[in-house]
Amino acid sequence: MEDIHNNSQGIGSWLLENIVTIIFIAFTLFGFMVSSGVSVGYFFSELSSRVFRNSFLVLSLIIPVLAGLGLNFGIVIGAMSGQVAIAIARYFEMGGLSGLSFCFAVALIAAALCGYFTGKLYNKTRGQEMIASLIVGYFANGIYQFLFLFVVGVVIAVPATHPMIKPDGIGIRMTVDLVPVKQGGLKYALDNIYQIPFVHALLILSVAILLLLIVRFYLNKRTGHAYRNSMFSFFANSTLCIALAGVAVHAMVTKSELMIVRKVPVVTALLVIGLCIFTVLIMKTKLGQDFRSVGQSQHTAEVSGINVDKTRIIATMISTVLAAWGQIIYLQNMGTLNTYNAHTQIGMFSVAALLVGGASTSKASITHAIFGTILFNAMFIMSPEIGQSLFGQAILGEYFRTFMVYGVIGVALGLHVWKANKKNRIIVE
Amino acid sequence: MSEINGNGNNLLQNSRSLFGNIGLPTAIIAAFWFFTLVVGHFVGISMSTLVSDTIKRAGMNGILVLAMVPAIQSGTGPNFALPIGIVCGLFGLVCSIEMDMTGMAWLLVSFAIAIPLAAFAGFIYGKLMNAVKGSEMTIATYTGFSIVALMCLAWLMIPFKNPKMGWFIGTGLRETIQLDAVGAAQILNNFLQFRIGKVIIPTGLLLTFGFFSTLVWLFFRSKSGIAISAGGINPKFAQAAGLDIDRNRVFANVISTILGAIGIIVYSQSYGYAQLYTAPLMMAFPAVAAVLIGGATASRAKVSHVIVGVVLFQGLLTTALPVANEVFVGTDLSEIMRMIIQNGIILYALTQVKRGVQ
Repeated sequence: MEDIHNNSQGIGSWLLENIVTIIFIAFTLFGFMVSSGVSVGYFFSELSSRVFRNSFLVLSLIIPVLAGLGLNFGIVIGAMSGQVAIAIARYFEMGGLSGLSFCFAVALIAAALCGYFTGKLYNKTRGQEMIASLIVGYFANGIYQFLFLFVVGVVIAVPATHPMIKPDGIGIRMTVDLVPVKQGGLKYALDNIYQIPFVHALLILSVAILLLLIVRFYLNKRTGHAYRNSMFSFFANSTLCIALAGVAVHAMVTKSELMIVRKVPVVTALLVIGLCIFTVLIMKTKLGQDFRSVGQSQHTAEVSGINVDKTRIIATMISTVLAAWGQIIYLQNMGTLNTYNAHTQIGMFSVAALLVGGASTSKASITHAIFGTILFNAMFIMSPEIGQSLFGQAILGEYFRTFMVYGVIGVALGLHVWKANKKNRIIVE
Repeated sequence: MSEINGNGNNLLQNSRSLFGNIGLPTAIIAAFWFFTLVVGHFVGISMSTLVSDTIKRAGMNGILVLAMVPAIQSGTGPNFALPIGIVCGLFGLVCSIEMDMTGMAWLLVSFAIAIPLAAFAGFIYGKLMNAVKGSEMTIATYTGFSIVALMCLAWLMIPFKNPKMGWFIGTGLRETIQLDAVGAAQILNNFLQFRIGKVIIPTGLLLTFGFFSTLVWLFFRSKSGIAISAGGINPKFAQAAGLDIDRNRVFANVISTILGAIGIIVYSQSYGYAQLYTAPLMMAFPAVAAVLIGGATASRAKVSHVIVGVVLFQGLLTTALPVANEVFVGTDLSEIMRMIIQNGIILYALTQVKRGVQ
């Protein structure tokens, strides 16, 4: 996944650059070695459903990174906007595709508004955006609780008999069931539209990526950009794709354990792929170029006539809206709305996933996001198993998992700043 | 046009002189506290209980807030990694129980174990902060979080045998350890405790807080204290004057971490329970908020800010809980209010940090 060949400073610095990713791969592999309880079927079922419901959220972090805002922990505000939309839809008992579209529309408005104000805040806390985004998430959580525990019931009269409202008529319940889509609810409203078996999806995906690689390789060669092609990564990636396709075919022929893996939600997958394409395309537009130049140097961007403040606000708004939609996708898959908990960890987990994929405060790509989501969730599934099999306590693995999340963010951010400072010092001296 | 501007300026100056040195956040919180007290009086809540609780909680949290002063003064910003000091304190406290200490001996042994540990941890943490200049606050937060998560593993695996703090089945320590069992609950609070009318004054607790406050106040009048402050105000100038800024920053963070460790032991004895596992995770934020409410900024803080801030913030929280429950029955507004005020004030302080566009 990384450009190994580009590296001229030796293996040591490459290791340092990718330390987080390497630790995670090692940890997951270690998990497979020590724990006998995890069947391949279970692992891939869990992994695929987790990846599909989380990748949208992780992808929403990319644009702020490119615009120089760092890792936007403030996506929790987007997630809250999404939950407000879901709560409204649930209250009026909207469901199915129309209910889902309604959620997306409401979330768009709410999140754009919130994103505007967060963007303003980031402009006022320049240089400290990341801690500001973390704190503003906590701050917004207070307002969110005020809305759901107090305004609903005290200011807006609601019937206490509604299944979503607490028995005393004030506030929304801790957990709200999003009725299955077959009974007119929101649960699986997106996932259940069309599903295909996991191995088919694997086959289609690997063949598609293989074709994409070949076409890109060929086009680069024809248009005289052959220098963009690197033989090593081309062959490595193609071999990987062919191997995956082989595994899929093998599973289909031998009816192996992979056949019992849960089905893959096609529409959700298409949305995630759509967002990937959107992220790539928007960076090629004028706006995307503005993001990039603001991200590289606010001063230079300002001098060359870009409205830096506005560009940063737009980047935050896009990120917040995408996070709101991501949270809706997440919740329709979960099937229940944990009213006061579902959003709190989202920022942290998404940031950790992105960093695990090899991103940093100043660089991020869709490869980092997708690869990171897969790896991060693999670790998430494995760590209770490791705790169970090594120490006989699953809870130990869960604590370890939490430690990994915080540690990853700390190490990745720390290394980045440390390297930047070192570089500055060399320039100064 | 110019006249209007002139008026505006005058008005601004007037309002400044009216408040004297009191900052806007301090004034707002004070006014709000006063308002909840008045409302509380009218709905019939006992004022003496409220005042007693306020004093107790201010004394309880005081040293944790005090830990912010050295860190802020040295230029590292508020110590968002306070949980590092806190887990050191908890470790000392737990070890002391394991040694079967009780009462005052328990307290002193806890300090004796926690302080060197915190000094060591603070030293490493200070080194880290020097390596990541410019993004201290974010990285400090995550360092604190990581240490708490790591210590969760330690609490679970630590081979301590004392039945006062183990689970009934399995290994590891309990989530909350009753300090009653070692005769140490409220040990400082009860020392020379007396009453004025119905108001309880926990003398020992206040003396402890006062002692450490004076210590910090004196320290910042000593040579090394002034050197730390100078490095915080203007690093380049301090460097030119021959001060070793990096060393001073490490030293300041060592003090801050030690204060965090002492703070949690004092806090736990007053609370009556020691809370392990994820309890310390978010403890840095109320402490940061308190010192900011007292009038500190992200780059300047004084002991007076700590005292004013902790009384105002804890006072408001103590008053708001019964008042809000009385006025809006069936809701939990006070917790919501805490979140909004605490994080709002930190955000406000962040917007005041002046740093040039990169």
